[in-house]
Amino acid sequence: MNVLAIFKKEFRAYFASPIAYVVLTIFALISGFFFYSLLTFFSLNSLQAAMNPALGQGLNASEWIVRPLFRDIAVTMLLLMPAATMRLFSEEKKTGTIELLFSYPIRDWELLLGKFLAALALYAAMLGISLLDVAMLGSFARLEWGLIVSGYIGLLLLGMAFLGLGILASALTENQVVAAVGAFGVLLLLWVIGWSAEAAGPTLGPILSHLSIINHYDSFAKGTIESRDVIYYLNFTLLCLFLTLRSLESKRWRG
Amino acid sequence: MIEADKLTKYYDKFTAIRDISFKVEKGEIVGFLGPNGAGKTTTMRILTGFLPPSSGTARVAGYDVLTESLQVRRRIGYLPENVPLYTDMKVTNYLEFVAEVKGVERGNRRHKIGEVMDKCGLAEVRRTLIGALSRGYRQRVGIAQALLNDPEVLILDEPTIGLDPKQIIEIRQLIKALAGQSTIILSTHILPEVSMICHRVIIINNGQVVAVDTPENLTAGLQSSTKLRIRVDGPVDQVGVALTHLPGVLRVVAEDETHMPACDAQAGETARSFVVESERNCDLRREVSRLIVERGWGLLELRPADMSLEEIFVRLVTKEAQEVRA
Repeated sequence: MNVLAIFKKEFRAYFASPIAYVVLTIFALISGFFFYSLLTFFSLNSLQAAMNPALGQGLNASEWIVRPLFRDIAVTMLLLMPAATMRLFSEEKKTGTIELLFSYPIRDWELLLGKFLAALALYAAMLGISLLDVAMLGSFARLEWGLIVSGYIGLLLLGMAFLGLGILASALTENQVVAAVGAFGVLLLLWVIGWSAEAAGPTLGPILSHLSIINHYDSFAKGTIESRDVIYYLNFTLLCLFLTLRSLESKRWRG
Repeated sequence: MIEADKLTKYYDKFTAIRDISFKVEKGEIVGFLGPNGAGKTTTMRILTGFLPPSSGTARVAGYDVLTESLQVRRRIGYLPENVPLYTDMKVTNYLEFVAEVKGVERGNRRHKIGEVMDKCGLAEVRRTLIGALSRGYRQRVGIAQALLNDPEVLILDEPTIGLDPKQIIEIRQLIKALAGQSTIILSTHILPEVSMICHRVIIINNGQVVAVDTPENLTAGLQSSTKLRIRVDGPVDQVGVALTHLPGVLRVVAEDETHMPACDAQAGETARSFVVESERNCDLRREVSRLIVERGWGLLELRPADMSLEEIFVRLVTKEAQEVRA
C-alpha cells in the first residue's frame, strides 16, 4: 500500500530531523504553562468560593480549565502547524527528490494522503500530550467527559484544516519559509476575520463569521457537535487537499 | 522498447528539444551524447513522465508516457542527474521505502534489497545515513534504487559524473553487467564512455538529433581517409618523399616537432613523426614498415590514427552550427 509507505517515510522524517522534537517540546511547554496558570486561577477562585458560597455558583473544572485550555491549544497550533507542514512538498521540490518520487508508480493522491496522514499523526501526538494534563486533572476533579470528547473532536477537525492549508502552501513553493509564512498568514487572517463580523453589518457580518476558522470551534467547546461545523472543517480540508492535488498534477502538464 | 516520435519541448519561448525521434530496441545500451544544454535531461524527463512534451509522443515498454504514465513508471528505473536522495535516511531504510512504493512484494523485499546492494557494492554502508555518504556511494545508491523493480528500461542521466576514475570504471562495469536484463539509455558528455559501454549512440545538439549510429560506424563513416601515424629515425626529406611515392598514399604530413616533449629527443635529432593519409580502407602498415626497414631507417612508432569520437563529435556539432548560421 503506497499510502502507508509514504506515511512511514514522512513520519520517520519528522523524527529524523529536529522538527518533531522541537514542535512536541514547545507544545508540551506552552500547553503545560497554560494548564498551570488556568489551574492556579481556578484554585484561587475555589478558595474564595469556600468563604463566600455565592461565588461558587457555576464554578467547575471543565468550564474553567479544560475549555479555555482547548482554546489556548488551538492558538498554539495556529503557530506550530505551519512549521510541521512546510517541508512536506517544498523540501522535495528544493532538493529535487520529487523528480525521483514522481518516477515511482505512486498516484498523486496516494502521495498526498500519505503526507497528510503523517502530519496528522504528529498533530495527534501533540493532542496526546495535552491529554496528560486533562487526565491528571481528572484524577482529582470531577470532569464532564462529554465536553472533553467533543472538544478533542473539534481540535482534531480544526487541526485537519490547518494541515490542509499548510500542505497546500508547501505544494505551491519550493521555499519552506514562504510555505510556513504563507500558511500562517492565511490561517491568521481566517481566524481574525470573525472579529470584524459584529461591526460589518447584517449581510456581511454572518458571512465573515461563518468564514472564520475559529468561530466554528465554539460549538465543540460547548460540548455539542454540530453538523454544519463538522462540514465546514471537512470541506475546508478537502478543498485544500483538492487544490494541492491539482497543483501536483499541473506540474505534469505545465512542465 | 523506447520509441520517441517527434518530441518537442518549449520552456516559454526557449526550445529545449525539437522533433527528437529515435527508437531503442530491447536489450540495447544506447548512449545519449551531447554538450551541456543540448536537451539530454529534458528528453529523459519526458521519457520518465516527469515532464510532458509540448508535442510529439513517446512510448516506453509499449505504454504512452503521458496517458499511461503509471504503467510506464512500473517498468522503469530512473537515475536523475545529481542523484537527489533523502539525506536523512539510512541506506537500507531508503531502499525499503523505494521497494515498497515500487511494488516489490513484501516477502521478496529483503532478498531484493540484498541483491541490489550486493550488485552496487553497498553492503558496508547499509546502516549509514545517505547524507554522510561520499559522492560515489550516493551514485551507487541512486543506481540501486533504480534497479529494485527489475526495470525493463533503465534511464540513467549522467551516471558517472562527479566520480573518481576508479568509481567510474566500477559504475561502467555495473552498467555493462546490467545489459541483457534491461534496456538502458544513458546520457553523458564523456565520449570514451560511449564507445566503451554503448551499442549505439544518439548525438544531440541544440535540441536536435544530429546522428544515430554505432560508435564504430560513426568513427568510420565520417572519415574520408585512413590515417597512419609513424615516427621514423631518418633524414626527414627523404623519408617524406619515399612515403609519398608508396601506392595508395594521398598525403604525407610531417608533424611540427617544436612542441614535442623532451624525452623524445633521446631518439636523436633526426627522429620525426609523420601522418600518412591513404585512401579509405587501405591498410598500408606492411608497406610502410617494409619501406622504412629496407632503407635502413629506424621505425620508432606505427599506429593507426583513427578519428576519435571527440573529433567526430566536434565535427558534427560544429557542422550543425555552421549550417544554422548559413
